[in-house]
Amino acid sequence: MFHEFALEHAWLIPLLPAIAFVIIGMVIRPFGKLSAATAITMSVISFLLALGVAWSVVHMGITVENPFVQRIPWMHIGSVQVDMGVLIDPLTAMMLVVVTTVSMLVQIYSVGYMDGDPGYGRFFSFLSLFAASMLGLVLAVNFLEMYVFWELVGLCSYLLIGFYYHRISAREAAKKAFITTRVGDFGLLLGILLLQITFGTLDFITLKESIPAYILSAGTGFMTVVALLVFIGPIGKSGQFPLHVWLPDAMEGPTPVSALIHAATMVVAGVYLVARAYFMFTELPLVMNFIAWLGAFTAFFAASIAFTQRAIKRILAYSTISQLGYMMLALGVGSLTASMFHLMTHAFFKALLFLCAGAVMHAMNDEADIFKMGGLRKRMPVTFATMTIGVLAISGLPPFAGFFSKDEILGAAAAVSTPLYVLATLTAFMTAFYMARLLFVAFMGEPADEDCKAHEVSWFMRVPLIILAVLAVVSGLWGHLAGFGDWVRFGAPEHGGIDLTIAAVSTVLSLAALWLAWNIYVTKRWSSDAIAKKFGVLYTLSFHKYYIDEFYALLTKYLVDGVGKILYWIDIYIVDGVVNSLAYFVGFCSRLFTKVQTGQAQQYVAVFFCGVILLVAYSLFYAHRILVLLGGAF
Amino acid sequence: MTIGLMHYLALAAILFAIGLYGLFTKRNFVAILMCIELMLNAVNINFIAFNHFMPVNDLTGQLFAVFSIMVGAAEVAVGLALAFRIYHDRNTVNVDELNKMKG
Repeated sequence: MFHEFALEHAWLIPLLPAIAFVIIGMVIRPFGKLSAATAITMSVISFLLALGVAWSVVHMGITVENPFVQRIPWMHIGSVQVDMGVLIDPLTAMMLVVVTTVSMLVQIYSVGYMDGDPGYGRFFSFLSLFAASMLGLVLAVNFLEMYVFWELVGLCSYLLIGFYYHRISAREAAKKAFITTRVGDFGLLLGILLLQITFGTLDFITLKESIPAYILSAGTGFMTVVALLVFIGPIGKSGQFPLHVWLPDAMEGPTPVSALIHAATMVVAGVYLVARAYFMFTELPLVMNFIAWLGAFTAFFAASIAFTQRAIKRILAYSTISQLGYMMLALGVGSLTASMFHLMTHAFFKALLFLCAGAVMHAMNDEADIFKMGGLRKRMPVTFATMTIGVLAISGLPPFAGFFSKDEILGAAAAVSTPLYVLATLTAFMTAFYMARLLFVAFMGEPADEDCKAHEVSWFMRVPLIILAVLAVVSGLWGHLAGFGDWVRFGAPEHGGIDLTIAAVSTVLSLAALWLAWNIYVTKRWSSDAIAKKFGVLYTLSFHKYYIDEFYALLTKYLVDGVGKILYWIDIYIVDGVVNSLAYFVGFCSRLFTKVQTGQAQQYVAVFFCGVILLVAYSLFYAHRILVLLGGAF
Repeated sequence: MTIGLMHYLALAAILFAIGLYGLFTKRNFVAILMCIELMLNAVNINFIAFNHFMPVNDLTGQLFAVFSIMVGAAEVAVGLALAFRIYHDRNTVNVDELNKMKG
């Protein structure tokens, strides 16, 4: 009944938040609470519809091979026919549920978090648009539709990161996020155009058939280029090295936005794109290798930066980059299931971690430095408990969600390449360490500031935390038991059996990391300063994020500005020169011809007469043609 | 020597050339009008001559000649009236001096 309605009307899922955006943005923006109520109502309906879609996927035999597709013609230009529609398979259904869940909870949380903010209505309208764009992206039936929503997601991230537009840093961060992801989008656009030129269609279902056939007949060379271009989009959007620089700066937005960007709406878009176009990537071993190594490197690299950061949201940001690296790694080693599974569990525990961080910062008057917190466990017991769950989940300890998904990724990596597995395991160890560091420093010990007025947050913020904490505990085990790999997969079903060796190694390493962090930051048996000194250069590199931002600044200063100067010169002296001399030439000619106009009627007559003589002479020499022209009567 | 079409045409051409020469060189408004009249009459001669020597016997050419003479008379009347008024007003009929409208 309801689930059939939901399936038939799946297009309502992105449309409802979009309507909320329009209503709030145009009409009820000045009324904060009404805006929030509208946005949340629409999200809840979307969420219910998404659940209905998921239900029908499970119960109506919709599989990856047999998706449910609705299409309507969108535009028709010459021979190019582009459709809009919905493509529903288990992958889509999973994403719909995750995105609607997280965005709904984030919106409820925002009711408390944004209380008293002058931009209350604006905030909820942007949140709605953000959710709508992401849901549209998830449902897209072809590359172009996906690209449209992809750009919309980028726009929303720009609007929300720059939400506090009166702060220069927020404006800069918004621009940075937008421009950096644009670099990636450019590659994606080129890839899409090449696909359109080569195959004459962008439809996922059609391409799924024609790309393997094309590769079979024409080899992998050209498609490798196309796939790499397409993959540049996810590099930018999903914060892979070297385009990850925007993600930590995106912390300038309000914390619920960070949660939304990092968990559900923005960064997973890249991973989802690769998963959606997996039929293309999986045919190209070179690209798959590249994805795997880039993912593993990003995971390791971001984790090593997170070691030394002090701002709570920045640590979480680098952990997101790291976890996205994991997802890419899983895709690269050929396990779509593991990647999507991790995407789901990560969405829950990362949203949880961010919302907890938001609660902490809210209570601490927007203090972000974890070393200025301390001892918060007594003042904020609920936040402490949920944060602990989040940390344990991301550290991959059983039975929390991260354990199952990370284990699948590690297993998939181990099956393909040992170096990748080692890198990923090492990253898991580092993840556990820096997350424990965050937890211990902020919540354990004694308050850094005795008259700190930190207090537990309101119920609007507490309820989403608790729900997400429950999801962070059970989603992994549930996914493992309910046969996640039977539904969300590419090719044969994957039964993610837990490899005991891998699980044991990663669990022991995580526990070791926790123990290490406990000794350094709680009992202070070893001084963290001394360790930092011992690592000297490495510490400095990590603390300054490997100077990548500085490198980009230099690159901009010398390369981009230099090229700009050259182009400026060309523009001024060559392009403008041509146009200016043309104008001068015309002026010169007209000055020349004004001399002819003397005002002497007799001169005009003379010229006229000469003209007549010329015409007569011409008609004499070409008499025949003239006569024919006149009608050939003679 | 019989007088043929070519003689008439030559006469007309000579008349036309004389008129044209006058038109180019004269500065006197009345003289210019006379020159134009000369060119007009050269054309009239052509009309009559062609009419006479055409194999078909109709009066098209003569009719046109009469028509043209009539138009020429009207033109001369208007032109002379203009010349008279201009002389009355400016005390000259030299076209080079009639340049008050020049921008």
